[in-house]
Amino acid sequence: MESDLLDVTFLSILVSGSATLIASAIAIPLGCFLGMRKFRGKEIVRTVTYTLYGFPPVVAGLVLYILLSSSGPLGSLQLLFTPAAMVLAQTLLVMPIVVGLTMSAVSTTSRDYTETAFVLGADGWRTARTVIHEARVGIISAVMIGFGRALAEVGAVILVGGNIQWHTRVLTTAIVLETREGDFGYGLALGAILLAIGMVFFYLMKRYQDKGMLA
Amino acid sequence: MSAIKAEGVSKSFGKRVVLEDINLEVGGGDLFAIIGPSGAGKTTLLRILCGLQPPDSGSVAVLGERLSYGKGANLTLRRRMSFIAQKPIAFRETVRENVAYPLSARGIEGGKEVVDRALEQVRLLGLAGNPGATLSGGEMQRMAFARATVYGPEVLILDEFTAHLDPQNIKLLEDALVSYQKEKGATIVLVTHNLFQAKRLAKTTAFMLDGAVVERGETSRIFNSPTDERTGAYVRGEMVY
Repeated sequence: MESDLLDVTFLSILVSGSATLIASAIAIPLGCFLGMRKFRGKEIVRTVTYTLYGFPPVVAGLVLYILLSSSGPLGSLQLLFTPAAMVLAQTLLVMPIVVGLTMSAVSTTSRDYTETAFVLGADGWRTARTVIHEARVGIISAVMIGFGRALAEVGAVILVGGNIQWHTRVLTTAIVLETREGDFGYGLALGAILLAIGMVFFYLMKRYQDKGMLA
Repeated sequence: MSAIKAEGVSKSFGKRVVLEDINLEVGGGDLFAIIGPSGAGKTTLLRILCGLQPPDSGSVAVLGERLSYGKGANLTLRRRMSFIAQKPIAFRETVRENVAYPLSARGIEGGKEVVDRALEQVRLLGLAGNPGATLSGGEMQRMAFARATVYGPEVLILDEFTAHLDPQNIKLLEDALVSYQKEKGATIVLVTHNLFQAKRLAKTTAFMLDGAVVERGETSRIFNSPTDERTGAYVRGEMVY
């Protein structure tokens, strides 16, 4: 039981952490680019991104399930019912959030800092680095919210992961199982662990964010 | 030789004409003040002169080179100029790092002594390690001055660089400006609402009203015997709207 709990907790952190890292690695540069650039159709991109905030996880899971199933276009990868598929599902859900919030953080920071960097002799790259640096508090918030979304997500991971014991079971899918089996107490305890993980992560990120606020 | 030359510069925002056919020359090494009521187009003109905003028509040449606009334009020329906005901002770094920014933007490593000197001149050396965001209004303006002059620009453009400051901070910044100009022989364009400041500092003054330069000339002449009635009214403190 105890090792089960450790496995499930570890896999939750691994899957959600990996998804947040991968999503951030793609979404932060993309959000910065979108936030700093003016181009035709920017408003459409913004609206689509914001709409995807509310993308139902179960629909994302279903789409991914179809793609990864043996008869699907990505079936040959044999990722269905593996932690990799769960990471992929959560990455898809986290990405729009990090893109959108990074875009907002950068575009609200952009003008004053861009102009200051410009008149102080910065070239384009240095100006971009400066704006991203100045927007880092907002970008950290984007990553925090993204991780929160990943950690709490259940609909997509249960579909593409299958909630297989010792293999793809994470805290949220374990809670679903315990609830179905009527062990509400254990389900609640798992929920408390989930919250504790979130709390530790948010506390550490907040400390880092506060440093950024002051400096 | 003129350090700044604006020819036929016009700018509108929507239907509102902010600048109309501005022709202006600022001599090399001059301390040039632009005075005029709010809404006269002074700030817009400064933004065009330092490359932040393109004019709708007309052209600007600085240090003999025609200014083009847009990201990355005239980088070499821009690095010979500097601008202090009405409300300068600090990067989220220490005061020292803020002042060193123009040096690092030019790939100059170190430069601690130069930064210390710039900070000392505006009496901020004691706050060098503090976060830039914690500076008061007066300290922020002083930091902005040190940051704008640390690399010795040949052209310095200032938009109300002492606005809302107490007399002590105004004196400190004015002294720093005068000593900077003496030391570097820089060309300085200064927008100010403070007529006494223009009188104290400027060799040449231009009076702007409704997007046009009404009159320009030696500061003493502009204040003592202006040729245009509107200039006279403005320097006497009368309403010219």
